[in-house]
Amino acid sequence: MSTFNSADIAAFKDVWVFCEQREGKLMPTDFELISKGRDLANELGVNLCGLLLGGEGIEATAKELGGYGADKVYVCESPQLSVYNTDAYAKVICDVIEDLKPEAFLIGATNIGRDLAPRCAARLHTGLCADCTHLDIDVANYIQFLREASTLDVDGQKWDMEDRNLKMTRPAFGGHLMATIICPRFRPCMATVRPGVMKKNPFDQAKADACVIEKPAFTLSEADVKTEVTEVVKAAKKLVDLIGADFIVSVGRGISKDVEGGIKLAEELAAELGGVVGGSRATIDSGWLSADHQVGQTGKTVHPKVYVALGISGAIQHKAGMQDSECIIAVNKNDTAPIFEIADYGICGDLFKVTPLLTEAIRAAKAAK
Amino acid sequence: MKIIVSIKQVPDTSGKVAVNPDGTLNRASMQTITNPDDMNALEAALKMKDATGCKVIVVTMGPPPAAGMLREALAMGADEAILVSAREFGGSDTYATSQILAAAINKVGVEADDVVMCGRQAIDGDTAQVGPQIAEKLHLPQITYAADITKEGNTVTVKRMLEDGYMTIKTQTPCLITCIKELNEPRYMSVSGVFEAYGKPLTTYDYEALKDDPLIDATTIGLKGSPTNIFKSFTPPQKGAGMMLEGADKATCEKLAGILAAKHII
Amino acid sequence: MDFHLSNEQLMLRKMYREFAENEVKPLAEEIDEEERFPMETVEKMAKLGMMGIYFPKEYGGAGGDVLSYAMCVEELAKVCGTTAVIVSAHTSLCCAPIFEHGTEEQKKKYLPDLLSGKKIGAFGLTEPGAGTDASGQQTTAVLEGDHYVLNGTKCFITNGNVADTFVVMAMTDKSKGNHGISAFIVEKSFPGFSTGKHEKKMGIRGSSTCDLIFEDCIVPKENLLGKEGKGFKIAMMTLDGGRIGIAAQALGLGEGAVNEAVKYTQERVQFGKRLSQFQNTQFQLADMHCRMQAAQYLVYAAACKKQLHEPYSMDASMAKLFAAEAASDVTRRAVQLFGGYGYTREYPVERMMRDAKITEIYEGTSEVQRMVIASNLGVK
Repeated sequence: MSTFNSADIAAFKDVWVFCEQREGKLMPTDFELISKGRDLANELGVNLCGLLLGGEGIEATAKELGGYGADKVYVCESPQLSVYNTDAYAKVICDVIEDLKPEAFLIGATNIGRDLAPRCAARLHTGLCADCTHLDIDVANYIQFLREASTLDVDGQKWDMEDRNLKMTRPAFGGHLMATIICPRFRPCMATVRPGVMKKNPFDQAKADACVIEKPAFTLSEADVKTEVTEVVKAAKKLVDLIGADFIVSVGRGISKDVEGGIKLAEELAAELGGVVGGSRATIDSGWLSADHQVGQTGKTVHPKVYVALGISGAIQHKAGMQDSECIIAVNKNDTAPIFEIADYGICGDLFKVTPLLTEAIRAAKAAK
Repeated sequence: MKIIVSIKQVPDTSGKVAVNPDGTLNRASMQTITNPDDMNALEAALKMKDATGCKVIVVTMGPPPAAGMLREALAMGADEAILVSAREFGGSDTYATSQILAAAINKVGVEADDVVMCGRQAIDGDTAQVGPQIAEKLHLPQITYAADITKEGNTVTVKRMLEDGYMTIKTQTPCLITCIKELNEPRYMSVSGVFEAYGKPLTTYDYEALKDDPLIDATTIGLKGSPTNIFKSFTPPQKGAGMMLEGADKATCEKLAGILAAKHII
Repeated sequence: MDFHLSNEQLMLRKMYREFAENEVKPLAEEIDEEERFPMETVEKMAKLGMMGIYFPKEYGGAGGDVLSYAMCVEELAKVCGTTAVIVSAHTSLCCAPIFEHGTEEQKKKYLPDLLSGKKIGAFGLTEPGAGTDASGQQTTAVLEGDHYVLNGTKCFITNGNVADTFVVMAMTDKSKGNHGISAFIVEKSFPGFSTGKHEKKMGIRGSSTCDLIFEDCIVPKENLLGKEGKGFKIAMMTLDGGRIGIAAQALGLGEGAVNEAVKYTQERVQFGKRLSQFQNTQFQLADMHCRMQAAQYLVYAAACKKQLHEPYSMDASMAKLFAAEAASDVTRRAVQLFGGYGYTREYPVERMMRDAKITEIYEGTSEVQRMVIASNLGVK
């Protein structure tokens, strides 16, 4: 591996996506990242490759990645890789990267991806940008993105239209600022990507069939692994799937008068809409809802068809997680609450009175259809 | 046995955040706090101290005012504090920061039964990268997202949270653990702790103090040594305000339901 | 004159504030409503050393200073008047006289549990017939062999139902008037000691206030605090210190009301404007803040003088008089700025107004403070 030099950027080619599996099943994030990776590979004119690590037989799941856009999937199988382990995964991934030298490497910003990516970046001596919400290669595309998503005067600036760096955009300071990060001097350029942000391509069976599977060489011994996973436990309670939900009814500090009653009203409205209940950071910090319900900068980023905010003032860290919802409905006692600045429809009133009325009105409107 | 806790002073992003016209953060106008996850790491270390009498050393990299935060950690019960501060270190990204902190921790010395603790992530950047990168630079095993930690002899067992459950992970000291808020409830400073805090050792490691460590290489620290650079920073545009509906009664709700139905949203 | 707080004091203020915001404020409404003593808060404060702030470590104190203690009471009172007076009565009226007048044996026996907050302290001076005229003590103590026998009733005793240790005044020699009063350390478990019913009060409703009843109560001879006949002096000196605590409580209540009013008037809209945009509001808030700032200087000065063992009796009286009257005025004005909402229990200002009133009454009414100040001026 002595030939590996992360500063020799001309030696690197192709876009790679780390494809995370748990219990032998691919994660939804894998398809999101493969889909986004496809765009980037097209802009660079290179191949898009998945990198899949797992126990014996994981290869069987690899072709599905082709259906979302992977040209090739590198598969590394070993009993030591069936369950995620930082040391084992970092060793294999770094070995393979040092051999095959991808120029960009995307990893889902899951609890596992965020454990793995920094360890690999430090070993490979390259840059890593965390929790990206937007990725570009083409400067023209990036300028277009800035026009929509920023207040910058893009026309008043000079742009190097030939720039081929991966431009990795992410929120910082609790969503108050956005930053675009580049890694100009080292490769691979690494990014973790927020789950739920990138749009998944439609599955294409023909592409899945055409996807090439390769098994690169790697070595992994017991001495490489200093941590031992003694058990993996799934949460007993089914966790709420905020990211996949089309309708989310979230509650905030406004339910403090009657926490159980407020949550019940939200659940009833969510049930009528066919959605799930979420919460602001205050409701999670107070222990009213479990952490999987949290929407916002430190929680989940969601973009449902309808987001109903009940008694949520709309602190910026909350808005960061929900402002891209297609339709936002806010109910708040305080008519100056910042949530009304981004709501499509606002009702100034007591959520305990308004919510049951709204549930009833929606039920009636659906019945009338 | 000792615990080295890496902590960071951050702007309190839960309050009002001021942004300069050029899109950078107006740090001067903001309150600073100790990063919340780091408080959980410190609490975990202090609990181990309560149980075993081990020493707790807090380390931070930052400008000189970060010493105030270190004094607060001493008032909570930490024994020693180290401020890593130098112009040469400024502008470091996570990679460069972890190199410098790893060098500082090397200087403190990591022994066979020691543990290094960090918060999972800092609220200013939310990257969660520095902990694992310090671990890599120090060649220590890492366990991130710790929601429960037990240490028996040189064996550390950690409940490591996943989105849909948890893993139980075992490793040997020395190791690095990153902590989340589910781990514990950080204690307050105590009155006697405050009066002791200014008598405890607070050492500054400047560039001179660390420059002989192989990790401190001008090409890998500071702004120039950072692999990543900020290309642009900007504020997201506010989504325009929508329609405030009249009233808050049955008719209001029926009107809204009508709009949603007409737009085929429901 | 140095108006700067030390690093330690600044750090403590931050700690008190965080504690008050997170642990005390959330309970304030409930303990007022239910007239419930917040024992869980006392346990938390005990752990942090807040029940023995300015006493030396050798007796289990936190090794701080008097101003650090006053700041603690102030910060607690900003969010909860009840919690503030628990600390104040315990510290100033029980720990302080034992520390200042006790023998080494008494200090070693009683202070560690009190200063660590394992036990709560209280003070028994007031009687049904001896309020502002404290010299009219009816409770008697008669020496019989190795113990005193106490008979009588004390009333309006803060922390009465929850305390373990009491500093109690009783007449050992009626013929000598004030000079016949002696001080005793009484434990809850002493035979013949009992407490009366909980008083229902206008404010500080979570604090425990009750009678102490002595029926042939046996108090060992060694529990005499100071010399026989010195009780009145001990009581007056104790009240001088206590007044710093109550002044700090009043200060916090007023400051808390200013904080609430500043916040509310920037949210509430009437006539198409935020209340804070009206000049009347601005002038009111400016006056309110000014009064509390002046009160703070008086309170802090008194605390610093006590710390330096300078005469501070008049300073403590001025601080208490001014802070208490300022707190009553400022909390009342805050209710007015809130309007109808201020009168409801939806907002904390009505509670602050009720809590503030007592600061003009206990540990010497405002009239008593004026007497002390006037006599210090040599006016007869």
